[in-house]
Amino acid sequence: MAKVKLGSFAFARSGDKGDGSNVGVFVTNAKDYEIIKAQLTVERVKQHFHAICKGEVTRYEAPNMLALNFLLRDSLGGGGSESLKTDAQGKTHGLALLELEVER
Amino acid sequence: MRDKVLIGYGQGFWGDSILGPVRLVREGPLDYLALDYLAEVTMSIMQKLKGRNPKAGYATDFVAMLDRTLPDITKKGIKVIANAGGVNPQACLDAVLDLARKKGIKGLKVGIIEGDDILTRIPELLRTGHDLKNMDDGRALSAVQSKLLSANVYIGAFAVAECLAAGAQIVIGGRLTDPALVAGPMIHEFGWKAGEWDKLAAGTMAGHIAECGAQCTGGNYTGWREVQDFVRIGYPIIEASPDGTFVVTKHDGTGGLINRNTVVSQLLYEMGDPRRYLGPDCTADFTSAKIEEVGKDRVRLSGIKGGPATPTYKVSLSYLNGFKTTGQLTVSGPDAVAKAKLCADIVWGRLALDGCTFEEHQKMVEIVGAGVCHAGINESANPPEVLLRLGVKCDDEDKVDRFGMEIVPLVTSGPPGVTGYAGGRPKATDIVGYWPALLDKTTVQTKVRVEVS
Repeated sequence: MAKVKLGSFAFARSGDKGDGSNVGVFVTNAKDYEIIKAQLTVERVKQHFHAICKGEVTRYEAPNMLALNFLLRDSLGGGGSESLKTDAQGKTHGLALLELEVER
Repeated sequence: MRDKVLIGYGQGFWGDSILGPVRLVREGPLDYLALDYLAEVTMSIMQKLKGRNPKAGYATDFVAMLDRTLPDITKKGIKVIANAGGVNPQACLDAVLDLARKKGIKGLKVGIIEGDDILTRIPELLRTGHDLKNMDDGRALSAVQSKLLSANVYIGAFAVAECLAAGAQIVIGGRLTDPALVAGPMIHEFGWKAGEWDKLAAGTMAGHIAECGAQCTGGNYTGWREVQDFVRIGYPIIEASPDGTFVVTKHDGTGGLINRNTVVSQLLYEMGDPRRYLGPDCTADFTSAKIEEVGKDRVRLSGIKGGPATPTYKVSLSYLNGFKTTGQLTVSGPDAVAKAKLCADIVWGRLALDGCTFEEHQKMVEIVGAGVCHAGINESANPPEVLLRLGVKCDDEDKVDRFGMEIVPLVTSGPPGVTGYAGGRPKATDIVGYWPALLDKTTVQTKVRVEVS
């Protein structure tokens, strides 16, 4: 087991969802899916986005896609049209998650 | 019944490249061309335009697109489905018929779907017990009723199918759901009925994959190095079958990439609970799909399960929620970050000197280049230059404009190396607040009408 960036073996996409964002992350084989299911806990993801996400984090599983989907509430500085931030729609939050280090 | 129908998706959103539809109708076979021209904020802008001019309030980009594509569309018999009607589908229909006449195209059948725009019905709906409370925070609509800008019901695929059955070659809707633009042709072609939940869920899922255009064909893909020829990226085509299975593909010879990863990426876009994707026609379980690569740039989905739709429509309301503006300056090094922070403090300090203050949550400071998008995750302490973005929002338009006057003066009255003020003095603009709500389906009747050029 070595520490590697999630982005070295996983893929992600994110977008806005009300005043928050969703971050979907997926892998390409069952072994890696077990790794992300075990290590990408709600607490870990909430901690990773501590400077971005001010609300609660929810996790869903989609095993057919080898994917996890995270909802990050209050992560846009107001809803999409009200936010003054550059990334008002959370488009880059997927890449931000891929910066996370996991044991693999 | 055809055993295969090709549905292309040429516009992922208002402002997408016109090359999407132009190339889809030229570069290979196609039965249907679906196009999305709306976003949540778009409807409020269109209501404003319609208020000033009763012939406005629809997506004029759609007519400009048809100006280039109508000859191919009529020659090949491609049917077009678009939500370009905005808040004025009739005016959009009139403009399309005018265009057809100008081009000497006779017999073009253009249909509209009406009934989604409930802005003028709000008082009646509230009176009859439909509270339209905010889905996210539970507030009563009375909090913003006097400031409403638009109110539209998300209409589903059966209205699209009805308009096609009425003979329309071009279907113009208002606030149709994005997936309905794809599921509608499937219902029409294959005779699917309400209650065939699995097939309707498949149509919805196909629509969800295609609804952002090139975002399922290699665009915005985190494995972007695998993608060839972004310049000529192919827009998606759903190859639909009567049993509800479908293949996501694109025209031969186009750029981009379709594989399991690009399709799964898009399935996850704007996803909530993947087991319960809610739409006006059904509930879809995205975790039920079998996803297989079946050829180069061909991904097949099968086995999709669905369930009954909810008894309510989703309604998208918008309202005037104050004013905002942002301004920006470039700050060069050395010490770019420290100087940018100082610039921000100078702006707030000078405004306070003049009696103009903002609460913390009304102010925004970003030092782009030092780690903004990935704040707290990936930051840089000493970039060679940064872009300083400052913004405010509040109910007082004059205060927002006053803020805008203190950005450019930093060039001569702040630390050295401040430049890039070409945008000039930022002005206050409306904040369009978004208000999602639910409405009993029995209160909404859509109607379709077809006219001929």
